[in-house]
Amino acid sequence: MNFLDLIWLIPLFPLAGAVLMLLTGKLLDPQPPSDVAVAPGVELGGAGDPPAQSHAHHHPGALQNLIRVICPGMVLVSCIFSAGAVWQLAHLTKRVYEVRQFTWIGAMPFHMANGHLATFQVDWGFLLDPLSSVMILVVTGVGFLIHVYSTGYMAHDNGFYRFFGYLNLFVFFMLMLVLANNYTLLFVGWEGVGLCSYLLIGFYYHKKSAGDAGKKAFIVNRVGDTGFVLGMLLMLSVLGTVRFTDVNAALRSGQFPVEAGYGVLTAMALLMFFGATGKSAQFPLYVWLPDAMEGPTPVSALIHAATMVTAGVYMVARSSALFQLTPVAGMWVAGIGAFTAIFAATIALVQNDIKRVLAYSTVSQLGYMFLALGVGAYWVAIFHLFTHAFFKALLFLGSGSVIHAMGGEQDMRYMGALKKKIPITHWTMWVGSVAIAGIPGLAGFFSKDEILWQAFSSPKGSTALWAVGLVTAAMTAFYMWRLMNMTFYGQSRVKPAVAVHLHESPAVMTWPLIALAAGSVLAGWLGVPKLWSIFGEGFRAFPRWLAPVFLLGGAESEHPASTEWSLMILSVAIAAGGISLAYYLYSKRPDIPDRILARFRPLYTVLYNKWYVDEIYDFLFVNGLCKGGGSAMAEFDRTVVDGGVNGAGWLTRFSATVSMWWDTWIVDGAVRFTSFSVKLLSYPACLLESGRVQSYALFVVVGLLAFLGYYIAR
Amino acid sequence: MLPVTTIHYVALSAALLLIGTIGVLTRRNIVIILMSIELMLNAVNINLIAFSHAWHNVNGQVFAIFVITDAVAEAAVGLGILIALFRNKETVQADEIDLLKW
Repeated sequence: MNFLDLIWLIPLFPLAGAVLMLLTGKLLDPQPPSDVAVAPGVELGGAGDPPAQSHAHHHPGALQNLIRVICPGMVLVSCIFSAGAVWQLAHLTKRVYEVRQFTWIGAMPFHMANGHLATFQVDWGFLLDPLSSVMILVVTGVGFLIHVYSTGYMAHDNGFYRFFGYLNLFVFFMLMLVLANNYTLLFVGWEGVGLCSYLLIGFYYHKKSAGDAGKKAFIVNRVGDTGFVLGMLLMLSVLGTVRFTDVNAALRSGQFPVEAGYGVLTAMALLMFFGATGKSAQFPLYVWLPDAMEGPTPVSALIHAATMVTAGVYMVARSSALFQLTPVAGMWVAGIGAFTAIFAATIALVQNDIKRVLAYSTVSQLGYMFLALGVGAYWVAIFHLFTHAFFKALLFLGSGSVIHAMGGEQDMRYMGALKKKIPITHWTMWVGSVAIAGIPGLAGFFSKDEILWQAFSSPKGSTALWAVGLVTAAMTAFYMWRLMNMTFYGQSRVKPAVAVHLHESPAVMTWPLIALAAGSVLAGWLGVPKLWSIFGEGFRAFPRWLAPVFLLGGAESEHPASTEWSLMILSVAIAAGGISLAYYLYSKRPDIPDRILARFRPLYTVLYNKWYVDEIYDFLFVNGLCKGGGSAMAEFDRTVVDGGVNGAGWLTRFSATVSMWWDTWIVDGAVRFTSFSVKLLSYPACLLESGRVQSYALFVVVGLLAFLGYYIAR
Repeated sequence: MLPVTTIHYVALSAALLLIGTIGVLTRRNIVIILMSIELMLNAVNINLIAFSHAWHNVNGQVFAIFVITDAVAEAAVGLGILIALFRNKETVQADEIDLLKW
């Protein structure tokens, strides 16, 4: 079976699942009379998912099992086809496989910026190369595990079919995004995943906060997309094509028609990066991601941790040839990435909502990826994306399992000492936390340490970027272990009503956790540091696999091995320090955090309120630009536009008045003057007409006499 | 006794015509106006008969008979109109019937 020829089938399986669910799901999974009837129970649970509350309301039908098989099954088939295709790709000499299904937008001639004639044509085509193969494996592999987990997590929820329909649709669009062979088709997937993200964040649509969060995500993403579209149009205008292979070939060979100089390329790169900041939740457009936690937890794991938010990273990596040429853009990418990493980490330090900590952690880790992209270490960014997909999906699913056990409670202040109650969740989350903290041997260490090393050593890197990364690493270790300690260790602060219901999640939820935990351990071993040469080349499979995409192997670093060893030891030490500090503060001496909090109240308040960024945005954009601008527009409307209309009306009325005056006095005047003068002249004659018969007879007599007199006198 | 000659007849006729004319022009009552018209017609008759006698021509007498017939018809029509007028306007004064002005 030639899987490479069948890659067009890979996205179609989840699409089939989605279509089936959204068209026939209601038959398979009859709903209780009203979805909204569940709402009061949901709101009691606070901001969280309401799987437990819905128990009494929904008794799944037998046909629901069909959904349980079809939807994860579709993704599994997709995963198998992906694995087969990647396996066969590995045996090609060139490791690039591009296939054109059909022409989507027919050839349209247009003039490029330099006046040359070019043809705009977009194919519905797929490109499988090492980069997209990593992405499809992550999307389908992690996606499959999360689908399986969701069958347990969402079991008692209303809208079971709707959830899986959207989830499958998401996988379809995500696969379109990573398999597309040109930017325009990538944009289709890019918008599609945005749509699914919106639909799934607002899944509990009867909750206002969920609806608002969905809208926020959608709108903020559109802001970024503006940049992406503009960048794409600029690329079309300068390079005349949007096909990845053509674009990269043109940029790498240096034979592209750009008279305006490299500034245009910088603008192009920055516009595309702006698009990436929207999708990948980077400063200043990260604000939607923490709110996106309103969606069900598996959604947070799949879309807002493992796959969709990495689309921006993927896109920048895909455009590596462009970013290589523009050092300024690279500097911005690295700067924004580093800033976002540390900025989000500071917020994560003080949050009490378990999912919110993870959300800010995701923003922070995405910042790491952009830091790596910015310093030109593209494979490292993808490597971190790869490992992060495992441990962050694991942590989110673990937190979902905790929330499931707690009956919807998300506030860590009401948890504690859950280790004994939900051991599997605890141990898998423990693995994930160790991995993200950067302890050697687990996935996070390898990728994060490589990022730090590249930030320090690469030609575009600097000590400052490295230092920011290191501080962020310390914070990451601290907040993750704060989360672990507040949730699983120390004193139990669980409410008594919740405590009696505490239970480990069903096997369908724990097995994906275990699989992801295994991934979190093993994934990193594909890219061990160069220094660990004793492991042999096999353990550096990841960089070797991606090398053809990014044309690696240029300048070797001149730093001595001792520097790298010491930096590595330093970062491990700082991670261990963060872990032990969190353990000491939140398990051994829970009184200290409160005292520190009291000491640094203003700082805490600022951090707890997320640096007031949402408020600033509300003030500047929502109220300032939109509402203020709206009222300014209204004022403009009232004075200028309405003024114009009113002015035109006044002018018409004025001219009508003049015209009427003319009509009355000149036209009518002439007519009336004529009649008046006739009347005036005829007046004496009128006097004869008295109406009295005898006066007429008198005139007759007088006339007669006059004639008579005339004849007599003659 | 002075013989009655043609000139006397003519003088009488002229006097009657003058009286009739003045009556028509000055009196307001339509009945009297009709009577004055009768007077004028008879002045004409006297004139016709006087000259018929003087010139021995019978045409004048024949014509006078016609005039008398005409006067009768005129009186009948005139009085009919007058009655109709009186029914509508409740007046027989000529100066109160002044609808014919411009």
